[in-house]
Amino acid sequence: MVAAVLLAGAVGIGLGGLMVGSAPFTLQEVLGVLTGAGTPAQELVLLEFRAPRVVAGLAVGASLGLAGALTQTFARNPLATPDILGVTSGAALGAVAAICLGGGIYAVGVPLLALGLPATAAVGGLVTAALVYGLSWRHGIDSYRLILIGIGVTAALSGVTSYLIAQAKITDAQAAAQWLVGNLSGVSWASVWPVVAVLAVVAPVAAFQTRNLSAGQLGDELAVGLGVPLGRHRLIVIACAVLATAAAVSASGPVEFAAFVSPQIGLRLARSARPPLAASALVGAVLVAGADLLVRGVLPGERPVGIITAMVGAPYLIWLLTRRRGKGEEL
Amino acid sequence: MTADGAVPALAAEGVTLTYDREPVFESLSLAIGEGQVTTLVGANGSGKSTLLKAFGRLLAPRAGQVSLSGRRLSTMPTRQIARQLAILPQKPLTPPATTVRELVSRGRHPHQAWLRPWTGRDAAAVEAALEATGLAGLAERDASTLSGGQMQRAWIALVLAQETPLALLDEPTTFLDLAHQLEVLGLVRRVNQERGTTVLMVLHDLWLAGRFSDRLIVLAGGRVVADGTPWEVLTPATLREAFGLEAEVMPDPVTGTPLVVPAAGSGAGGPPRPGRL
Ligand SMILES: Nc1ncnc2c1ncn2[C@@H]1O[C@H](COP(=O)(O)OP(=O)(O)OP(=O)(O)O)[C@@H](O)[C@H]1O
Ligand SMILES: [Mg+2]
Repeated sequence: MVAAVLLAGAVGIGLGGLMVGSAPFTLQEVLGVLTGAGTPAQELVLLEFRAPRVVAGLAVGASLGLAGALTQTFARNPLATPDILGVTSGAALGAVAAICLGGGIYAVGVPLLALGLPATAAVGGLVTAALVYGLSWRHGIDSYRLILIGIGVTAALSGVTSYLIAQAKITDAQAAAQWLVGNLSGVSWASVWPVVAVLAVVAPVAAFQTRNLSAGQLGDELAVGLGVPLGRHRLIVIACAVLATAAAVSASGPVEFAAFVSPQIGLRLARSARPPLAASALVGAVLVAGADLLVRGVLPGERPVGIITAMVGAPYLIWLLTRRRGKGEEL
Repeated sequence: MTADGAVPALAAEGVTLTYDREPVFESLSLAIGEGQVTTLVGANGSGKSTLLKAFGRLLAPRAGQVSLSGRRLSTMPTRQIARQLAILPQKPLTPPATTVRELVSRGRHPHQAWLRPWTGRDAAAVEAALEATGLAGLAERDASTLSGGQMQRAWIALVLAQETPLALLDEPTTFLDLAHQLEVLGLVRRVNQERGTTVLMVLHDLWLAGRFSDRLIVLAGGRVVADGTPWEVLTPATLREAFGLEAEVMPDPVTGTPLVVPAAGSGAGGPPRPGRL
């Protein structure tokens, strides 16, 4: 029920996102182009310039919402965002290094921006996550140890990232800062497809873990007693969260707060025992695509989407927290 | 193999159980007979939970083997084990925003699969478990609002809903008042008699252990110091060795099972308890 409403919201925001822009379209025109009845000029604007950005907003938001729901449930802690797995800080370092050390963003030009930057970010994120996982391994994975090591690695990498920015030319530093708050303005189909593809693989795999996630809430010992293959379950959950986050962050930069706030909003809307995977992903999609819609259509000037997700998402969560008492309050 | 040649429900053969430091047990062998209620007793830290964890594949032995009805645990898929053996750990976690019925329903986890989701049989098992533990009236309550004793009954209900031929219960009567302790252990006894469920549990109260068990196993200093029927095991000498307790043992006037009565002055200056930090 909640999921259906959210799905409708995501579709609505997607269509709205296609209508809004420097050359506004009516809903009929948008639907016309989508069904193949538009003019070539309309098709170019809509399908080549606007659609990638709308799809990126939806896919990035859904990936972050899903990853956040997985890590928060796995660690039994609402503060455990995918960031604690080291993905985000690793991706940030990869991207900032590419911008600041790769000869500067303008020197390398558009191809790097479209493909090289996401690639270095993805590599940075995945390598760091593997490092955190490896360092946490001690006859298996203990979620507490994983969080502490993730926080340590994140702090170290953020330091290196800040150092690179401090050393960089002012234009590079500005580009890096733009990237670091999360930005959808540079995306093209080339950087959107990887996110969609990863989401298409990760979402069903994660969905297969829902019952194990529920059993895991009873504590490790009871979960094993109920037949959860704990080691494999953890590896799958962590891998899904890492891949979804790495793909999202590579395309858009770290969209602040989406991975933390979406599962918490999903949890309160669905009033369930743990952040529901589908609802969290849909809240993420609505949040990020909606924030980007605001950025493009309502606010003056181009502001990075990450600023809006934090400014809209956080107060909404606080409002939900103060309004609802009882069910779903603790997590 | 037990003396009469039957395959035991659970058997440990030469197991060494270790956390990070020195072993809690070394080359321990122990067989748990089918259809019996067996209770582990011993001082705090004597290794009761550790042994229970090894029988429930929560702790892999450093050496030796644990087998379930003759099959090695380490070779069985964990879900298959979960359909035969239920575990109630000493400290399970209560999930937030979960009703008692939802909590108990999670006991059906090992019986479900993607192609076999919730069925009438699952629902019936959950209702029966709620009924048996007297929780039917509380089924819609948020589990986190239950009292300690009600919560403990909810955990027992979860184990019952799992419908396994074997149940391992670590201190199932903690937090319960005396009346509810008797009720829960009476329930365990009834399930044992009616369903033939083999029960291996940990209890601290020796009087209750003697009253509700077919067999008692006393652990101290990393080994079994006594093993047998309650009357064979609960002797002043064993109590002194295992608990550092001076006590008399007499027949319970109601049930005729052993009643442990600590001697005057014991507890004030008795010998140190073995295995305690
Ligand atoms: N997770 C652990 N890591 C390291 N040592 C442990 C762990 N759990 C238990 N131990 C140690 O193993 C020994 C046996 O502990 P165990 O929990 O089996 O005792 P117990 O008989 O169940 O005690 P209690 O009556 O207090 O529950 C103790 O010395 C304890 O300190
Ligand atoms: Mg114990």
